[in-house]
Amino acid sequence: MSAVNAKLKDLLGWVDERFPLTANWKAHLSEYYAPKNFNFWYFFGSLALLVLVLQIVTGIFLVMHFKPDATLNAAGVPVAFASVEYIMRDVPWGWLIRYMHSTGASAFFIVVYMHMFRGMLYGSYRKPRELIWIFGMLIFLCLMAEAFFGYLLPWGQMSYWGAQVIVNLFSAIPFVGPDLSIWIRGDYVVGDATLNRFFAFHVIAVPLVLVGLVAAHILALHEVGSNNPDGVEIKKKKNAQGIPLDGIPFHPYYTVKDIMGVVVFLIVFSLIVFYAPEMGGYFLEYNNFFPANPLQTPPHIAPVWYFTPFYSILRAVTYPLFGIDAKFWGVVAMGASTLIFALLPWLDRSPVKSIRYRGPIYKTFLAAFVVCFFTLGYLGVLPPTPMRTLVSQICSVIYFAFFLLMPFYSKIDKCKPEPDRLTSSGHGAH
Amino acid sequence: MKKLFISLLFMPVLAWASGEALHLDRAPNKLNDKAALQNGAKVFVNYCLNCHSASYMRYNRLKDIGLTDQQIKDNLLFTADKVGETMNVAMWRDEAKEWFGVAPPDLTVIARARASADGSGADWLYTYLRSFYRDSERPTGWNNTIFANVGMPHVLWEMQGEQVLGADHKLSLATPGKLKPEEYDAMVADLVGFLQYMGEPAAMQRKSLGWMVLIFLGVLFVLSYALKREYWKDVH
Repeated sequence: MSAVNAKLKDLLGWVDERFPLTANWKAHLSEYYAPKNFNFWYFFGSLALLVLVLQIVTGIFLVMHFKPDATLNAAGVPVAFASVEYIMRDVPWGWLIRYMHSTGASAFFIVVYMHMFRGMLYGSYRKPRELIWIFGMLIFLCLMAEAFFGYLLPWGQMSYWGAQVIVNLFSAIPFVGPDLSIWIRGDYVVGDATLNRFFAFHVIAVPLVLVGLVAAHILALHEVGSNNPDGVEIKKKKNAQGIPLDGIPFHPYYTVKDIMGVVVFLIVFSLIVFYAPEMGGYFLEYNNFFPANPLQTPPHIAPVWYFTPFYSILRAVTYPLFGIDAKFWGVVAMGASTLIFALLPWLDRSPVKSIRYRGPIYKTFLAAFVVCFFTLGYLGVLPPTPMRTLVSQICSVIYFAFFLLMPFYSKIDKCKPEPDRLTSSGHGAH
Repeated sequence: MKKLFISLLFMPVLAWASGEALHLDRAPNKLNDKAALQNGAKVFVNYCLNCHSASYMRYNRLKDIGLTDQQIKDNLLFTADKVGETMNVAMWRDEAKEWFGVAPPDLTVIARARASADGSGADWLYTYLRSFYRDSERPTGWNNTIFANVGMPHVLWEMQGEQVLGADHKLSLATPGKLKPEEYDAMVADLVGFLQYMGEPAAMQRKSLGWMVLIFLGVLFVLSYALKREYWKDVH
């Protein structure tokens, strides 16, 4: 046995002289010191990584059988739509892989929204973690692009008309808009050319950028160290060996804890995959079981749930401004509503990071923001009425006020004093 | 504070839950009744498959509902030569479009596509197939209360008989058909059950596999929790 161990040690030495394997293992796992008080909200980072891998692996197998082809087959069905049903029926375990991928798309957004909200709760975006946050926002944008491109591929009615609506938004841009939207589609309407280029973006371009950004996100995190629910820097108090007093090595402590989180996630994920893959029409829209029909506009076109808060903001803008159509300003507002998160590190002027030590004004604004986010999301799946538009306008104003007024209210808020060290470890009650 | 927060979250749901809902009759669940599904398959092949394809569905997949290759070949194989083929139709699509104004849609996943907030796809189909009535304004002589100006004539009229729409917007049977109303409803329920099965043949497999996956994950959770506790007992 010891002879085998000696041999393995030699092999490791051989590798380490040529590649920093042990050094990286230590830097990122066994000697990366994380605060010991991570709570529930800290599971979602590793879960996002898990879902990314899940989507890539299931995606590879789907690509083996999917055909990005909008022409009609002998039965009069678009080949792309028929190939998805072929996966669901004739490919061994195809239904499982497809449901994992479609459920994974929604799971990705749930996990990422929770992860972002964690950052807002505990001020994880504050100095010195601005770049981690910026990389994270770029990941979020990529994720939205990835979801949008992927949603066209099954070539159902909602795929088709959803893409039509979103690409048409670009035509609202003055002067270049109409040409721009034709350039994006590769045709005057969403068609085979659009399907093929969206396929290329969905399976190659965006995932490549996404993986690169995730690497940058984690490298930046490991450079400065993780924030925690108390929002105090553990690196300020170190022992004689230079190890943070409130830090524990990521491996094994957080690897075993995250494995537990992964299992809980997989239980919820499996409940959906095996018992409610359509999730009441929210994860797989019913109308998308009709093949795309360019001649028949559905009475109501709703984006998938994860886009609906932003879609509501788009629809809430109903006034033309400076002689430009309201639609354009809607697009601007929608774009701003997704990008404005990136400014948080500079909008927040509070002396403390964590919600635990913030004052009542910030807490009220955050609660109002969350209520508005959910309300906008709910309104986004419904057809508009004057009453709903009014509510979405009010919610949009509060949504932006949360960010734009932050420099003022975060500064004047009555905060509690931050402790010097962490107040509790992760497995105790707070 | 938390309670107020939660009630605020649901406020919009309560405020706008009502819409112009379609009233649908609830379709009886036939998915676990093999005899009903086989009867549904027979009705489908005899009455629907003349015009509508089910082009993602292979004949030999019907083994799922308890049929053998030989039974499929002898009783159901009208539009193909081999049991491995899909359920296509002989009718030309452009001709069909000329006759009915619209080419008859493929029905493989119709039970999934017709689902909505008003009810399941099966509910919609069950209601639809029992809501045809005589209408001399229409080229086919038929109309439908939940699918206004439908292109399809009432293919099952011999079974159901002829319904008329009264001034009170209620349907009544003017001429009885071969089947009594409750027999007709049962036949439609079998057909709808078959359409529902055909919409997702993997549904049976996924439900029977799911609980095993969940038991496995449940055991894994206990182990991973024990592992976490063991490691974390020295963290204070």
